[in-house]
Amino acid sequence: MSTKINAGPHAALSLLKRDLSLSLTRGGGPLLAVGFYLTLMAMIPLSLGSDSGTLSRVAPGLTWLCLALASLLSLERLFERDYEDGLFDILRLGPLPMEVIALLKCLAQWLGTGLMLAVLTPFVMIILGAPVDAAFISLIAAILGSLSFAIIGGIGASLSLGTRKGGVLIALLVLPFYVPPVIFGAGLMQAYLTGAPVVQALSLLTAYALFALALGPIAMGAALKSALN
Amino acid sequence: MITWLANPERFTRVFAPIRPYIGGLAAALFVWGLYLCFASPEDYQQGDTVRIMYLHVPAAWMAMMVYLIMGIASFFGLIFRHALADAAAKAAAPIGAVFTALALITGSLWGKPMWGTWWEWDGRMTSVLVLFLFYIGYIALHASIDDEVRAAKSTAILALVGLVNLPIIKFSVDWWNTLHQGTSVVRMDGPTIAPDMLWPLLVMALAFKALFVWLWLVRIDAEIITRRYRTLRARLSFQ
Repeated sequence: MSTKINAGPHAALSLLKRDLSLSLTRGGGPLLAVGFYLTLMAMIPLSLGSDSGTLSRVAPGLTWLCLALASLLSLERLFERDYEDGLFDILRLGPLPMEVIALLKCLAQWLGTGLMLAVLTPFVMIILGAPVDAAFISLIAAILGSLSFAIIGGIGASLSLGTRKGGVLIALLVLPFYVPPVIFGAGLMQAYLTGAPVVQALSLLTAYALFALALGPIAMGAALKSALN
Repeated sequence: MITWLANPERFTRVFAPIRPYIGGLAAALFVWGLYLCFASPEDYQQGDTVRIMYLHVPAAWMAMMVYLIMGIASFFGLIFRHALADAAAKAAAPIGAVFTALALITGSLWGKPMWGTWWEWDGRMTSVLVLFLFYIGYIALHASIDDEVRAAKSTAILALVGLVNLPIIKFSVDWWNTLHQGTSVVRMDGPTIAPDMLWPLLVMALAFKALFVWLWLVRIDAEIITRRYRTLRARLSFQ
């Protein structure tokens, strides 16, 4: 009896552990997204000029753009490998509903990659010329933003599962949904830097992350089930 | 009613005779509407360019309405598994995309003489642009899944996710807009519109709606015929 009750949480925890360790080690792990993020950062002064006045003005906004783009990078492989080698068919027989499986995979991916990008965000912003005292608030904002990116991205990844055009298609599907967190995140930084209150932007950013957490799994679950049939 | 019409054969039987009349109605409304457009007085501020409004505003209304229709059709397709609802959603998408593009292009052509710029990053224009990207994503997703049933299901999920998200995106863009530039842009909904401008606008809006219904019915029918053809071909290749 007790094993039956504990089966769900236990399966969830081991799935999360497995996916997290895979996302940390497989194919260079988060290194790919981190390298992409830093490369984008280096391209900004190269394309806009190294004038520190211009750079510090655009730093928060462009950092958010780079964060959104870097979050796209690992989505293609999020469900694909498990879909191809049939893991989903096995997981389906287990105690976890498909919605929870999808959410756990997104969370593992976020812990492995998104969180790494979020931790880097204050540094990227400061290197581009934002003041150092904005570091803490930018870290908080980036954590919330990358969580939204990971889950919304999971919807795109699950929808384009098994299609021929994987990566580009995901970007096309997902980027319009990245608009609100990018606006709220970049707006938050701008409010902070101009001395305006940040509460509104921060609560909107949090609300979007919670909204994605609540409704994203339903969409992903439906998409995965349809892909498996 | 919807369940009754969900049978493709019945749908064709009911709508095929009506369809030419709807097409004729659209054509008549366009003739009347365009006549009213050119007969209506010039705006005392905008001169002749105000006539762009009679294309622009109905196109923008259709852009949103078609997406709503697509969302509702997707809902029925997903929940009640009506094959015809899938066809209806698929058929509406390219029409909606064209209406949205038309709204953007006429808006740009109107913006140049009025605001002195082809493009203004105004809240409304930006959200219509995002809506256009949505349509593109929907069409691209449908095109890249071979299996028709799966394509219908995946695009229905996308359309519903989009339906939930569009108000949020609209809100966020408006929020961004007030953050960045305030109310610098002249908005046409400021003064109440004069009756001799309202008439051509309403007739054109009806013309656009009739055009949509006609095109939509033609495309749904084409979709039904394509499916029938595919089924027949599959059956032949098994023999």
